[in-house]
Amino acid sequence: MSAVTVFGLCAAAAVGVGLYGLITNPQPLRKIIAFNLLGSGVFLLFGIIGRRGAAAGSGNDPVPQALVITGVVVAFSATALAIALTLRLFETAGSMTLRSRAPTGPNSDPSAG
Amino acid sequence: MPPPAPTLTTTTGSVLLVLSIVVPVAGVLLAFALGDRYCRLVVFTVMPFGIAIAAAILMLLPLSEGHLVYLLGAWPPPLGVALRADGLSAVMLATVAIVICAVAIFAATDFRPTEAKTRAPFAFWILLLAIWGALNTIFVGGDLFTLYVALELLTFAAVPLVSLDGRAETLRSALRYLLFALLGSVLYLSGTALLYGLHGTLDILLLSHRVSVEPGALIAAALMTTGLLAKTALFPLHLWLPPAHAGAPAAASAILSGLVVKGSFFILLRLWFDVMPALPGFAVPQLLAALGAGAIVFESVVALRQERLKLLIAYSTLAQIGYLFLMFPLAFGASGRLESGQALAGGLLQAISHATAKAAMFMAVGSIYGGLGHDRITGLRGVARALPLSVLAFALGGIALMGLQPSGASLAKELLLQKAMSTGQWWWAIVLQAGGIFTAAYVVLVLAHALAPADEPIALISPASRSRDLAALALALCSLSLGLMPWEHYLPLPHGGALKLFDLDALSKFLLPAMGGATLAILLSPWPHPLACSAVWKNLMRVLGPFRRTCLGFGGLVERGDDALRQWPAASISLVVVTLLLAASMFAANS
Repeated sequence: MSAVTVFGLCAAAAVGVGLYGLITNPQPLRKIIAFNLLGSGVFLLFGIIGRRGAAAGSGNDPVPQALVITGVVVAFSATALAIALTLRLFETAGSMTLRSRAPTGPNSDPSAG
Repeated sequence: MPPPAPTLTTTTGSVLLVLSIVVPVAGVLLAFALGDRYCRLVVFTVMPFGIAIAAAILMLLPLSEGHLVYLLGAWPPPLGVALRADGLSAVMLATVAIVICAVAIFAATDFRPTEAKTRAPFAFWILLLAIWGALNTIFVGGDLFTLYVALELLTFAAVPLVSLDGRAETLRSALRYLLFALLGSVLYLSGTALLYGLHGTLDILLLSHRVSVEPGALIAAALMTTGLLAKTALFPLHLWLPPAHAGAPAAASAILSGLVVKGSFFILLRLWFDVMPALPGFAVPQLLAALGAGAIVFESVVALRQERLKLLIAYSTLAQIGYLFLMFPLAFGASGRLESGQALAGGLLQAISHATAKAAMFMAVGSIYGGLGHDRITGLRGVARALPLSVLAFALGGIALMGLQPSGASLAKELLLQKAMSTGQWWWAIVLQAGGIFTAAYVVLVLAHALAPADEPIALISPASRSRDLAALALALCSLSLGLMPWEHYLPLPHGGALKLFDLDALSKFLLPAMGGATLAILLSPWPHPLACSAVWKNLMRVLGPFRRTCLGFGGLVERGDDALRQWPAASISLVVVTLLLAASMFAANS
């Protein structure tokens, strides 16, 4: 098994675990961590793609690395924003659940209005 | 329509493309540095420059054979990054400039600099400029990764707008919006990774020459499309939109609903029409339009059942987003190859009409909310007398969306219907008509409540502001007159396809959906009608009563189904299912 295959499988595993966590965890903080795992999987994929350029005999392809660094910065800011929102939510509401309890539709009796 | 040959030089005047990004971003930095007191001043200084840049690009484009190219640092792709503008980007740049300016004028009194410890005005003005810069980058970006970064900037600027007032409920909707949008952007990013791995470039023009039918490209297309659908909030990936758009302040809702969802929609157009016009096959456009049709039916029914006006408009935005996706099967035809640009022109016109009209309607509702202190539909009686200009702006925006000539929506509907007939896809013609009728339904519903006379004059909690109403009115009139603009310089319109103005046929095309809409509004809205005590209504109910009860029951079912789909696990599983469906249908079409 070549190094590229091993890293490819790792990337797939990270994406899979991250996606599973993002779908099933109700806690925002865990969702944020799952998103980071998912993102790391995709960045690893970019890294492998750079290695594939190397296999074609052109040294390591620098473009995917530049893309990954930009992507990491974007993911970092996303995480910071999400955590700031979560903290504000915790300060304001005292809980971090994402379920809205306020009625979103006409659940009250229409004829009473 | 073969793509033009790659231009490897910077065209004259294309420095405007750089300016269209740099000017709003410079405004952000300046406003941030100058602080609370001057941020509004900075926005109003940047506005004329932004409009001038958009106008200059519009004028320059026909002179330079329909496209402008700027190579950053004079490095040609694939090594460098290019900024490109074509007709689509030019008209979108202009639309965004106009809507942003109207919203800024509307918000000038709401978000005036204060001595108080509130951060909302400061945040609003900075985010407004940030959204402008991000959208302009999306329109002129010539590279899929630039588009990714711009899309993320757009999301980061849009999310705090949702929670400007800092209530727990809006913070919750902002967080849901952010998390779901991030899921979408990771999907998009993984698609770009695959495309780079296959072709060694992310430049749109180079990719359009290199992309061929192979498994990697098909999977990349499916991933990127789903990611963008999640950001555009196409049914069933719409969990974040209604609470986010309904909870934000009016000026922010106008931006979010009118412009922000168009950003990811525009990238979707770039992807399908520029990068891979030969790839989708027959099934994928049909699938996209089927989701759009689902959005029209489901979300319109839910919209008609809302009691709060802002939620009603938020749900109708979802239906209108679905309407935008009807262009895909019409553009790609039965062969699954890109056939003509007419449907593309129709779809883009619809997007522009929606951007202007919906922003105007949200602004009008903001004025009504400010005046009444609430936005319950049942409490709207007599508001037309108390706030005539706001109701007029709402009505004109609604009429423009319903497609009274010469509005942009009527021209768009005409183009799409012609295309549906000429490609023999009559089923989409039915959906197009149904979309028009549903749009009419909620406009008629709101107007019926607003125009009903009140028993006693209603007391306004704050006086109507002339400048706010005029901004909304100007935007609504703009949407209403879009059909008169010289689109043929920018969009692929058929010759002689211009509107025949004000003939009897056109009037019937407007009145029939309006009547259908009124019927639907009576049948599907559970709220007591303002004329419920009149004899006519009682007679009508004697005939329609049982049928109306059935319809209301059906509406309740649809609403419960929609609620279930808007739970997080259901929505994210739909996301996975949509990805798989898209990939499977592309594999099936190309095997």
